[in-house]
Amino acid sequence: MTTPMVKFDNVTKRYGSLTVLDSLNLEIAANEKVAIIGPSGSGKTTVLRMLMTLERINDGVIHVDGEPMTHMERNGALVPADERHLRRVRGNIGMVFQHFNLFPHMSALKNCMEAPIHVLGMPRREAEERAAELLDMVGLGDKKNHYPSQLSGGQQQRVAIARALAMRPKVMLFDEVTSALDPELVGEVLQVIRKLAKEHSLTMLMVTHQMGFAREFADRVCFFHSGKIAEQGAPDKIFNDPQEERTRQFLSAVLEAG
Amino acid sequence: MFWDWSYVWEIMPTLLRASVVTIQATLLGFVLAAVLGLVMAILRMSKSQWISVPTAAVIEFIRSTPLLIQIFFIFFVFPEFGIVLPALTAGVIALGLHYGAYCSEVYRAGLESVPRGQWEASIALNLSPYITFRDIIIPQAIPPVVPALGNYLVALFKETPLLSAIAVLELMQTAKILGSENFRYVEPITLVGAFFLVMSLVASVFIRQVESTLNRSLRNPGGGQ
Repeated sequence: MTTPMVKFDNVTKRYGSLTVLDSLNLEIAANEKVAIIGPSGSGKTTVLRMLMTLERINDGVIHVDGEPMTHMERNGALVPADERHLRRVRGNIGMVFQHFNLFPHMSALKNCMEAPIHVLGMPRREAEERAAELLDMVGLGDKKNHYPSQLSGGQQQRVAIARALAMRPKVMLFDEVTSALDPELVGEVLQVIRKLAKEHSLTMLMVTHQMGFAREFADRVCFFHSGKIAEQGAPDKIFNDPQEERTRQFLSAVLEAG
Repeated sequence: MFWDWSYVWEIMPTLLRASVVTIQATLLGFVLAAVLGLVMAILRMSKSQWISVPTAAVIEFIRSTPLLIQIFFIFFVFPEFGIVLPALTAGVIALGLHYGAYCSEVYRAGLESVPRGQWEASIALNLSPYITFRDIIIPQAIPPVVPALGNYLVALFKETPLLSAIAVLELMQTAKILGSENFRYVEPITLVGAFFLVMSLVASVFIRQVESTLNRSLRNPGGGQ
């Protein structure tokens, strides 16, 4: 079997006495598209945040592209990673946030140039060309000099996608990227993600409440419940023939509301 | 006569020369305060307690002791340790340190007002801590605190007469000398007061100007399209 792109090996995350994720084991193959669904508080966003190193884990190891990320090897043993190691491995991963988190004092173009210049050491001209290409790809080629405050939520989120892509990640994380959007703006963002999935060989992990989109986009759906994967499988299987009572309850509640 | 205009014209050139020293001390002191304040604010936010706790202690110490004593200390006590400073330099350092401690609290408020999402986006893009501060956090943290920093600029300016205590030839010291030479204090002291009033008002207008420019550029940066 080929090495998985991402591997959670018995990962546990606690906040104080609250266990958010309980011995999570999850392997994601290169180029695989995984949708993570589940009720709020089930730990699904935490999965992405740990992978992006925004949260430290309490137990277990996360591997990325065959290499331990949260830990590093020293004298044959695994020790917690230092900042340098984190920075190196983190370069494989890009993330898009629920609230966009664009830099408000920079134009769309500058938002997409900042990290390539200062992290990848790309010359300014090249970074600018690439940023413009990426903004073109997300359909905002004519808005590249606009500031975030001059863009709609959907447009901001598309800039955020372009910004993450500019770092050439192997893994892209989408954390409820349409939840903060007005309903009529959801489509344009999903359209971009669809295009990405089709045209780029990217491993994608998406936490979402858009069941329709999860079904169409994902190779695999993971249903989280109380810090564990309660059920996972192909979208058709999960949505049409869920085996677990909790999955059935969640889906009927969500589909009724939607 | 209570007010002698010819005396006013006679001492005016001397006072104007002294005002240059006052303005020098103010600007140099404030630049030092602005830089030191930012450094102290960032050190205080450090995740390592070995850095943040001592920094907080130093800030608290500086804020809780009178500026006049700090001025004396730097000018009269430092020489005991082999550090001999000219009066103006000692005064500028004292002003910069004292107001730097106050400014650091202002910066801290500004830094803390930057949303967490900005830090998280910076981590997700793998920006180094230095670039994160320089390009992402500080440009967003400073505009909202410009009014508060401006208040400290005016406050610092009005405290420069304390430098007369170590014989810096700024306005107050010069006015005192003129007064004692001519046995007339009304005119020099009044002129000094008027000068401070006018300059403070000018500074306030200037700060409001900077503030509105910054606000405009933050709301609609670069004028937009």
